[in-house]
Amino acid sequence: METTADTHDVRTATQETYNYKVVRQFSIMTIVWGVVGMLVGVLIAAQLVWPALNTNLEWFSFGRLRPLHTNAVIFAFGGSALFATSYYIVQRTCQTRLFGGPLVAFTFWGWQVVIVLAAITLPLGMTMSKEYAELEWPIAILVALVWVAYAIVFFGTIVKRRVSHIYVANWFFGAFIIVIAVLHIVNNMSMPVTLFKSYSMYPGTMDAMIQWWYGHNAVGFFLTAAFLGMMYYFVPKQAGRPIYSYRLSVVHFWALVSLYMWAGPHHLHYTALPDWVQSLGMVFSLILLAPSWGGMINGIMTLSGAWHKLRTDPILRFLIVSLSFYGLATFEGPMMSIKTVNALSHYTDWTIGHVHGGALGWVAMISIGSLYALIPALWGKEKMYSIKAIEWHFWLSTIGTVMYIVSMWIAGVMQGLMWRAVNEDGTLTYNFVETLVQMYPYYFLRFLGGAVFFLGMFIMIWNVWKTIAGTKPVVHTVPQTAH
Amino acid sequence: MSFGILHGLLTLLVMILFLGIVWWAFSSRQKKRFDEAANLPFADEDDKPDPERSRKGDE
Repeated sequence: METTADTHDVRTATQETYNYKVVRQFSIMTIVWGVVGMLVGVLIAAQLVWPALNTNLEWFSFGRLRPLHTNAVIFAFGGSALFATSYYIVQRTCQTRLFGGPLVAFTFWGWQVVIVLAAITLPLGMTMSKEYAELEWPIAILVALVWVAYAIVFFGTIVKRRVSHIYVANWFFGAFIIVIAVLHIVNNMSMPVTLFKSYSMYPGTMDAMIQWWYGHNAVGFFLTAAFLGMMYYFVPKQAGRPIYSYRLSVVHFWALVSLYMWAGPHHLHYTALPDWVQSLGMVFSLILLAPSWGGMINGIMTLSGAWHKLRTDPILRFLIVSLSFYGLATFEGPMMSIKTVNALSHYTDWTIGHVHGGALGWVAMISIGSLYALIPALWGKEKMYSIKAIEWHFWLSTIGTVMYIVSMWIAGVMQGLMWRAVNEDGTLTYNFVETLVQMYPYYFLRFLGGAVFFLGMFIMIWNVWKTIAGTKPVVHTVPQTAH
Repeated sequence: MSFGILHGLLTLLVMILFLGIVWWAFSSRQKKRFDEAANLPFADEDDKPDPERSRKGDE
């Protein structure tokens, strides 16, 4: 390994530098795809309030645009944020340049091509029809290639690190990269019929179980473990003090990665899935509360003795409030996995509210906070152009998220109660349209909440533009200190 | 061996494994290396951005 590292260093002559170029590229694209993905989200929220917006063109119908929204926000926005931060963190905490040479650029351009292909094929209706795994087989193969390259770059960097320890954030990123590779490949096993159509290799119930083993671990490892990696670096960094308990972070890591794997069946309560598998999924989901809250407490308590920083630093507020939303979502999730609660909540908008508590409150807000900390460092600025603007963005994000989840809680519980209401003779009290009519005010409130959150992104664009316009990208040399 | 006993043993094994991890993580022998690891985000200088840094970089 040493020789590889040395030959690699020849290019930089005497002093090795961190590869910030790819981090800058992914950071900018995080914002771009965030705006695109959230725009589609606001549009489809509006379609639910004003169905005429579906138009008569099938490409703009809710059913075609919804997977575009989920793919754009999860894999384009969230994915780019993870590439950016993991590449930055692994270099800085391993004190070495990214391994892999041209593979690094391949992960960036490959990922962008995947996103563009998704944006073309999904509105055209080309889909595997697996939730969060809609992309047809040629694109799925490209995703796998990019991901393998990502693994080589990331773990190659860990191998040639100049420090003896592997910082806990890298453990979380490492688990995320390995598990997503396994999930993606197993769940996408399919028989191609044409270039644009394939069918899953698995039959019936087994296909459903594999899909939700994939789906829930995409939540557990993509949307949770990886963003915890972000949290374990940027919260201490922004607070200016090490994590509250490194020991807790070690227990947190092993407990979280070993429990998440088994929680998938809670997506299939009261289906053809064997009853004991449903119960197993429920029990593991309940136990998951412990490591989830362990991680949240570890992050928030990092501020112990320095709470005053929350008053003056909106970036820190972004990070800490995102942890609060994480705590909220990881309490709500286990609760919803209880079969009797799920009997009420499943198939209602409560689920949508739960997802967005995590997606807007946790994933988006921790990413935005981390970007505000990262961008000045990448362009050699002391801080963002306007702290006041970050403050505004923070409030828009928080209020938008709360509006969104509260409206969906009310809508979801109402739906669940109305759907299950029966008359004395056993017939249903309400037909479906009657429940739908009740949804109007809440769907409008959801649209408004989403729009408020979306608005904040424009403040971010302006602020980032003002921060980086006219600056020369920073070249940061790797410190030569021996460890 | 019935499935009941097998599952029971497995539960016990996983529990011992978990307690082992907790014991290992919280044993005083790990304190020094965990303290070092916890400080890694600050180990490569420039925590507080100084004008020197970007200048040095631009060369």
